[in-house]
Amino acid sequence: MITLSGVSKNYGTQKAVNNISLQANDKEILVLLGTSGCGKTTTLKMINRLIEPDAGTILIDGKDIKNSKPEALRKTIGFVMQHGGLFPHYTVAQNIAVLPGLLKWDAQKTQSRTAELLEKLNLPQSILIRYPHELSGGQQQRVGIARALVANTPVLLMDEPFGALDTITKAAIHNEFKSLDELTNKTTVLVTHDVQEAFELGHRICLMDKGQIVQTGTPAEMLYHPVNDFVKDFFASSRLVLEYRSANLQNILPFLKEVLPPEVAKSANVWQTLQILSSEKQYSVHYDAVIQAFGHYRKLQTA
Amino acid sequence: MTQEQTFWQFVASQQDKLFAQVGQHLGLTFLSLLLAIAVGIPLGILIARRRGLATPVLGVAGVLQTVPSIALLGFMIPAFGIGATPAIIALLIYALLPIIRNTYTGITGVSTTVTEAATALGMSKSQRLFKVELPLAMPVIIAGIRTAAVINVGVATLASFVAAGGLGEFIFGGISLNNTNMILAGAIPAALLAVLLDMAIGYVQKSGLRSFRKLLYAIIVIAVALAAYFLWPSGTENKLKIGFTPEFMGRQDGDLGLRQVYGMRLNPVVVSDAIMYKAAQEGKLDVISGYSTDGRIKAFNLVVLQDDKNIFPPYYAAPIIKTETLTRFPGLEQALNLLAGRINDSIMTSLNYKTELLHQTPERVAKDFLVGAGLYKESKNGNKGTVRIGSKIFGEQYILAEMYRMLIEGNTDYKVETKTGLGGTKICFDALMNNGIDLYPEYTGTGLLVLLTPSQKVVNEVSKDSKKTYDYVNARFGKQYGLQWLKPIGFNNAYALMMRREQAEKLHVVTISDLKKYLGNE
Repeated sequence: MITLSGVSKNYGTQKAVNNISLQANDKEILVLLGTSGCGKTTTLKMINRLIEPDAGTILIDGKDIKNSKPEALRKTIGFVMQHGGLFPHYTVAQNIAVLPGLLKWDAQKTQSRTAELLEKLNLPQSILIRYPHELSGGQQQRVGIARALVANTPVLLMDEPFGALDTITKAAIHNEFKSLDELTNKTTVLVTHDVQEAFELGHRICLMDKGQIVQTGTPAEMLYHPVNDFVKDFFASSRLVLEYRSANLQNILPFLKEVLPPEVAKSANVWQTLQILSSEKQYSVHYDAVIQAFGHYRKLQTA
Repeated sequence: MTQEQTFWQFVASQQDKLFAQVGQHLGLTFLSLLLAIAVGIPLGILIARRRGLATPVLGVAGVLQTVPSIALLGFMIPAFGIGATPAIIALLIYALLPIIRNTYTGITGVSTTVTEAATALGMSKSQRLFKVELPLAMPVIIAGIRTAAVINVGVATLASFVAAGGLGEFIFGGISLNNTNMILAGAIPAALLAVLLDMAIGYVQKSGLRSFRKLLYAIIVIAVALAAYFLWPSGTENKLKIGFTPEFMGRQDGDLGLRQVYGMRLNPVVVSDAIMYKAAQEGKLDVISGYSTDGRIKAFNLVVLQDDKNIFPPYYAAPIIKTETLTRFPGLEQALNLLAGRINDSIMTSLNYKTELLHQTPERVAKDFLVGAGLYKESKNGNKGTVRIGSKIFGEQYILAEMYRMLIEGNTDYKVETKTGLGGTKICFDALMNNGIDLYPEYTGTGLLVLLTPSQKVVNEVSKDSKKTYDYVNARFGKQYGLQWLKPIGFNNAYALMMRREQAEKLHVVTISDLKKYLGNE
């Protein structure tokens, strides 16, 4: 669990982060969302002390991070960067093994842990001896994630991790990432400017503007109970998709009149379900049923 | 002793010396390079960490780089004496800038994403430096080392000025002795070394980091071995430290005569005459070769050893000039001959003393003398043509060149341009032959032994007295080169061996034979 209270950071007269307080819970992905310059990345980097705050306290599992040495603190926090941040002179294996090396793991342990992660991230073993520049953007990003996850740190910070990827690759990695069981035992904070990504991955979203938090809540809360016009307008352009994304299949099950085909996973959201159903003619009945059920659900949300 | 020796014959006959010089050259280059790496890389890292220091540090290294190499070597003598030490330090200074700058550029050029990733992974500053920044900067750093290595191979040729050996001994000896084969025997290996070293380091640069470490160890071992083998043991063989100029080393009235007539095998170090006297005064050398009219003999309290077997016959100094030049500039000969017979040995010595020790300008010394002798006339500011006067690179020649300038400008309608400080006999003589200059003061002995190189019999015959030498040289130059020796200025200049007076008296060395006896007593 990460707790920020009254945290500020100034660059000269500009208040990059202005007195913000927030909490990221265990097993949760908290998304810091906002346009560029809103202070979200600064906030993230203060958590692993890449940036030192001017005011306020940051606690991880109740302990003030100021009391531990920065190097020691960072070894307990995984960090994923926008462009991977892989070391160009290291092979993939060496890149993943950096933190285990610093923690003095034995080679055997590092190796088996690396193999396990490659499997989960759909990377072939043959990639281990390659250098970062020989990989595709998606592969680099997966390796970056593997490097951040390898030591099973209790905290994972991600700075625009999928920002540089094309839409198709991004969707694939989103799915893999969400299903990683590694995430179930840690607190994850993810920074993005991509609204769809925030809804896809975030358990809760923290919308920031001009160094301050405007609203924090679940995706559905952000859509159906915005605190002001800024929040409402922020999601207006892709509202329909977001609504479908924010609703899980579980949420609309009570209103559903058809039994859905087995291709549709119970855990999927409405958007994903509709996409599967719309691609096959034989499921058009089911498609209509889901739309109908969602309509009922939506009425309850806006009421 | 024929002049028609080919390059390969020269190399074959001098191969021991050549190998020794290549070894010394490599030793100097590698050792200074290693030290420059040891100093430069940490400095580069420091200024990459503290950017505020970058400008001053790079500035100082840049200024040091621009100090002319000979001047830098000159500054080293008082502090470090002569031999390998000052040469290595001077070379180190030259190698420093490219290494510091490339280390700095290499490290600051590492992408901030990568360094931030390293920090975020929990690396400490030093872990980040050694695991990330230095490996990524290494190609740039090696490029800097490569530049430094090539610079050092070149500058190391100047190490022979301070008796550190190297291929400069052949190059500068060849220039002094008018021996093209000797120059090439030094210059070609030096160029090859530069090319090979450049290629070798370039190979390392491409082959990446794994082989780099191995190679680094290899270079350290080679450098230390070369340094130990070539640079230090040779200096301690004599009881006295002996230093000769490259020219003296190759002349009949020099080291060759000492070997043949006195039977002395001295194993001297080779040193530039610009710093030789100073080194003798400071006790860095005990016995040096010099000119009998040099002002510093008096000033530094040196004593000339008596030449009891007459290998240093006295020679006249006189201007040499093309006969056709004399016809082109009517009246020039008369103006030049105004000085004939006017300066005897003691006058020349005291004039030299004034420039070399009292630091008066050659111009002032020349004018004072001409005024005193009633020869001085105000310049006529004529413009009927320009006479170009050359001089070699030592004090006496500067004074003579100035005197001739004043005499020509005062007595004729010609303008004068002086080209002083030409590097040696060969450079002066070639300039004269190729019409780069019109005249310069030369010595009949140099004309005989360095330029004409007749048989030993002729040398023995004509060098019995200075008049005979003058006649022979004048006649031969006329026939062979179309050059004339004008009337002798009057003083005799001869080579001489000299020591500090105090030491010579203590050791009871008066003659060269005494010196031999003393050295032979080991």
